[in-house]
This record gives sequence, C-alpha cells and structure tokens, in this order.
Amino acid sequence: MSIRIDKQKCVGCFQCTAVCPGSLIRKSDTGKAYIKYPENCWGCVSCVKECRFGAIDFFLGADIGGVGSTMNVSYEGDIIHWNIHKYDGTQITIDVNSKDSNQY
Amino acid sequence: MTRLKTQKLMTDVLIVGGGTAGCYAALTIARHSKLKVTIAEKANIKRSGCLAAGVNAINAYIVDGKTPDFYADYATKDANGIVRRDLLLSAAKLFNSTTAELEKLGLVILKDENGKYVSRGNRNIKINGENIKPILAKAVKAEENISIINNLNITDLIVKNNRALGAVGFKTDENTAYEIYAKAVLIATGGASGLYKPNNPGFSRHKMWYPPFNTGAGYAMGIRSGAEMTSFEMRFIALRCKDTIAPTGTIAQGVGAKQVNSKGDVYETKYGLTTSERVYGTVEENRLGNGPCYLRTSVIDKSKDNDLLKAYLNMAPSQTLKWIESGKNPSEQDVEISGTEPYIVGGHTASGYWVNTNRETTINGLYAAGDVAGGCPQKYVTGAFAEGEIAALDIIRKYADAEIETYEEVFESKLGEYEKILGGSNEKFTAQSLEEAMQKVMDEYAGGISTGYSFNEKQLDLADEKIDKLITLADQLSAEDTYEMMYVYELRERLVVCKVLIAHLRARKETRWHTFNENLDYPDTDPNYFGYVNSKYENGKIDIIFRDIVQEAEYEHKN
Repeated sequence: MSIRIDKQKCVGCFQCTAVCPGSLIRKSDTGKAYIKYPENCWGCVSCVKECRFGAIDFFLGADIGGVGSTMNVSYEGDIIHWNIHKYDGTQITIDVNSKDSNQY
Repeated sequence: MTRLKTQKLMTDVLIVGGGTAGCYAALTIARHSKLKVTIAEKANIKRSGCLAAGVNAINAYIVDGKTPDFYADYATKDANGIVRRDLLLSAAKLFNSTTAELEKLGLVILKDENGKYVSRGNRNIKINGENIKPILAKAVKAEENISIINNLNITDLIVKNNRALGAVGFKTDENTAYEIYAKAVLIATGGASGLYKPNNPGFSRHKMWYPPFNTGAGYAMGIRSGAEMTSFEMRFIALRCKDTIAPTGTIAQGVGAKQVNSKGDVYETKYGLTTSERVYGTVEENRLGNGPCYLRTSVIDKSKDNDLLKAYLNMAPSQTLKWIESGKNPSEQDVEISGTEPYIVGGHTASGYWVNTNRETTINGLYAAGDVAGGCPQKYVTGAFAEGEIAALDIIRKYADAEIETYEEVFESKLGEYEKILGGSNEKFTAQSLEEAMQKVMDEYAGGISTGYSFNEKQLDLADEKIDKLITLADQLSAEDTYEMMYVYELRERLVVCKVLIAHLRARKETRWHTFNENLDYPDTDPNYFGYVNSKYENGKIDIIFRDIVQEAEYEHKN
C-alpha cells in the first residue's frame, strides 16, 4: 500500500506534501516531492487526488494482493476520472461524478 | 544542542485536532460568538484524521419514523449496557441538524424523487463523502475568527490546579516550539491505532482501518494531566474486507451480502448480531476450521459491480484496486473478511474521556469531542459534529468571559525536552523499532489478533511489565529533525495508552463483550460489573474507579 511519485511529472508544487495526513511526503534537494517512508502510507490517496499533474500513482503492496497495477486521478468539471493502468498494460477508467451520491 | 525558536500565542479557544469534531466545533464557536479560535492540527485540516479518504454513508441518522431514543436503545444494546444515555441522547438529537448543515456546506446526499434522503437500514443515509474534509476545511477557512495552524504537533496540555490553561507543542515543518494559552481547550484528536500488531505487519503495515496517524495523543495528554478516562477495555475491533481493511457495510447493508463460512453456511445468527459478536463469530468459525469467512457477493447481479467499484473509490480506493488486481468483479467472487487489530476509539465504542453532558472533562476548561470522548459509542461522523457543537456552545456559555492565565514552567520544561531529543543520539533504538516491540507485546499478551483477541491475567501482568520497559527506552530516543521527533512523541503517546488499556482490561474481571474484552480467566458476563471502569493517572500510578451506570438526563462531575 503506497504511492510512487514520477520525478519527471512532478513540478514541485508540494500540494501533496501539504495534504498528506502522515506528513510523509517531503521536498528533495532537487525540488521534487518524494515519499520518505513508503511503508508508512495509509493509502488514503489524498495526495493522488491533490496532484493536478498526474505525477502520483497509487499501488497495492504484494502482501495485500498487489500485482503491479497503478491508479491515478484526473479531473473534468465534476467528473473524477480514476485512471487504472493495469499490470498487463491495458488501461481502464472509472468515472465518478462528485455530485452523485453512492448508491449503496 | 539544537535550539528551537519559540512562539507564544494567546487565543480564546484552543482546539487540538482539526478533524470532524474539531472543525465543527470551530464553526459553531465562530457562528455563535465573537471568540477567537485557534485550531492546532498536526497534519493539514484539508485531509487529516480518519476521514482523509472520505466516508460513504452517514451511519448515525434518525431516519423517518425513528427517534433519538431508538438510536440510544440500539447503541446501548450493542455495548451491552455500558454507555452514557445522557451523551447518546444529546448527540442523537443533533444527528439530523448537523447533517443538514453539512449538506448546506456542499455534502452530496442521496435523495429520492420526492427530495427525501434515501436511508440504508434503520440508522443510515447514503452520501458521497469523498470530499467531506475539504468541505469542512473550506468552511473553517472562510471564518475570520478562526486561525488554523497546520503541522503543529501538540504534545502536552498546560494544566494548573486542575484547570486547563493551554497546550504546548512544536511545528514539524520548521524548528519552532509553541506555547498557546486559551480560556478553554477542546481536545478533538481522535482515537488510537497502532497499539497492536496490525493485520499486514510488513510493507502494508499502515493499511489499517483507523488512520495510523491517530496515535491516541489526546488520551495521552489527558491521562498525564490527571483527567479521568472511561471504558478503555471496550476495545474496538472492526470486521473488514481482508487485506485492504476496507469497510464491509457497503457490501453487507448496501447490497445485502450475507456473511458465510467456507462451507457456505450463514453463521452470524449462531453468535449474535452485535458488533462484537459479529467479529467473534468470524474468529470462532476460523478457529473451528470453517474459515475463511466471506461476504457472499458472488450472488449479486453484475449490474451492481460498477456502482460498488465507484462507492469504494469514494472511501477506500484500495478495495476497488484489489478487485481489479484480482481480475474478478464483486459479482464473480466473494469478499473475504477478517477482524482487525484492536483500536481505542470513542466513535465506535465507549472508550475515552469521562465527560459531563456538555462534554467537559474532569479538568476544568478542558472539553473532549469526537473519537477522543468516551461514553457515547456509535456516534460516528454525525456524533462527532454533535459533540463538537455541544462542547462549543458550553465553552461560549461558561468560559467566554474567563481570564487567560499563563504558566511558563510547563513550556520551559517541554522546550528542554524537545531540544534534548533533537540533540541526542541513540544508535540502538528508534521510534520505529520500539513501536514494533510494543505491538508485539500487545498482540501476544494483551489480546491481539494472534491470540484471537483473548488474554488472561498472567499475560496482562507480563504485558504491563514489558510496556514499562519500553516506556523507559522511549524516554531515551533521539530524533534528527522535528518530523522524527513527532514519531518519538507518537510512540510515547501509544505507550501511555497501552498502559491504561492494560489496567482497564485487568480491572473488568468478566467478559462483557466477546473479542473486545475476551478475558479467559473470566469467560462469562458478571452482573457485578454492570458499570463503568474508569481510571485516573496520579503520582505515577493508575487508579481504577468503578462507577455506577449514569441514570440522570444531565450528568455533572462529582467526586
């Protein structure tokens, strides 16, 4: 359960650093965000939702069933696109309208 | 020697913790008075606390045709009688008005064609709570009388002659120690996770139910200051989707999935339907060789798959990813369930500060609301709002005209302690290694997952002895920066909570709730223990206080 931050995509805005409830994301010497203790991540994906540059991917550790897929978020108005890059190279997107309630 | 800069602040009301209860209390004070409020938050109020990822239902709501008494009856039965009815009723009366307020602020709630909320069962309504924290944070930021200090880790209360005067702490993102004085202090820090070895002790060790960053700081501060605590022995163990530790309510109540063992038998009716009995049933079925246990989603219609995947994205995205990683949708496989490690959390069970009906603790001018406040189980999110409101209104009534008093000795002593930790070097032990040691002790000797949540007195004695040794070691830890120093304090907080928890487990010589306090020396419920187990830390020792069940509609502290 953790995240990885793409150094190429990170623009150094540090919005992720600000919101992490565990204060786990820090500033590197090169002006990029990095997660200091990946194993201390709760998996709340606050940082993934905060990043407007798609630089943060969420993944499951192998100990809880992760086989390599990752997930990030992009926005279009009220729609949250959850972009899932599957382990087999395919991609699926689940759209959630933030104005819609859960049905269950 | 590392020197810290110092900052001294005066405010009218200090709120420690900017989560659900803290934010709602701040809003209430701002709207009902001219008092200045300061929120001290160790992370950032936009996404801090147990609702960081979101929440997908309001689980404490008075639905059409039901009453606050109905809710209080339910919570009382579920806790086998060990509740404070005055607290339950006063919270339940505000469930609906606080929900309406959140809807005004922007929370999305499911409505039918007549514009009425759609209920899920007898006490719940359906929402989209993904952004509940950003909604609250935005409302708080818009109030000019509320100041927010993010990244401020409060470590101790300033208490003199049993009156709360303020608190001390340090910023994690800069080298500054803070002393804050106020007319009244509200503790809203949440409960305690990470006391016991977790379900996934390796790489995903923080994939737990309750946020791993809620360390019981609020309990620890109060305990050290001599506040009375209640019902720590009513631990909370959640029944969750295995591995991801995601909520089960959306599947169990939302799509009506039955709880079954590996033989396909619906076993819950064999063990009872209270929260603790559901966990117990699953533990027992596994012990009897009937595991694994599941929520049977494989019989649901596949048209429900997509809505389930979406619902989990709004509160526990790991479960959605887990379904995708497995290559099978909810309708194509059952969801394995397991009990979590035990937590201390007053939003679900009755553990926490012993408060009067207005949520003032036994320390004058110190209030508690939300998960840190005891006596009011199953208050959940709306109960945290309600308690924030109740405490806020009483603070205005009682302390608006109080004088702010300073007491520098506490700050001077804490500043010395901070600088010693930052200037020290300990090559043998780290906060992390001692945390693992603590979790192992609690798991093996104080009823963790590995013993099926059960314990006996001999084991508790050993646990107590070993926790004492770890407390000594924790006092010698050093830290290379202020972030690392926060971990040192978090460990110390957890150790204090463990110490009190062990004392409570030992004091209740019965098994009142299966799994929550499964005492093998006293496996049955004993009517002599129909009452509260409370405690107070004084002169280096924990005194246990047995109290009778409160019958009054309004409870005030007395000796």
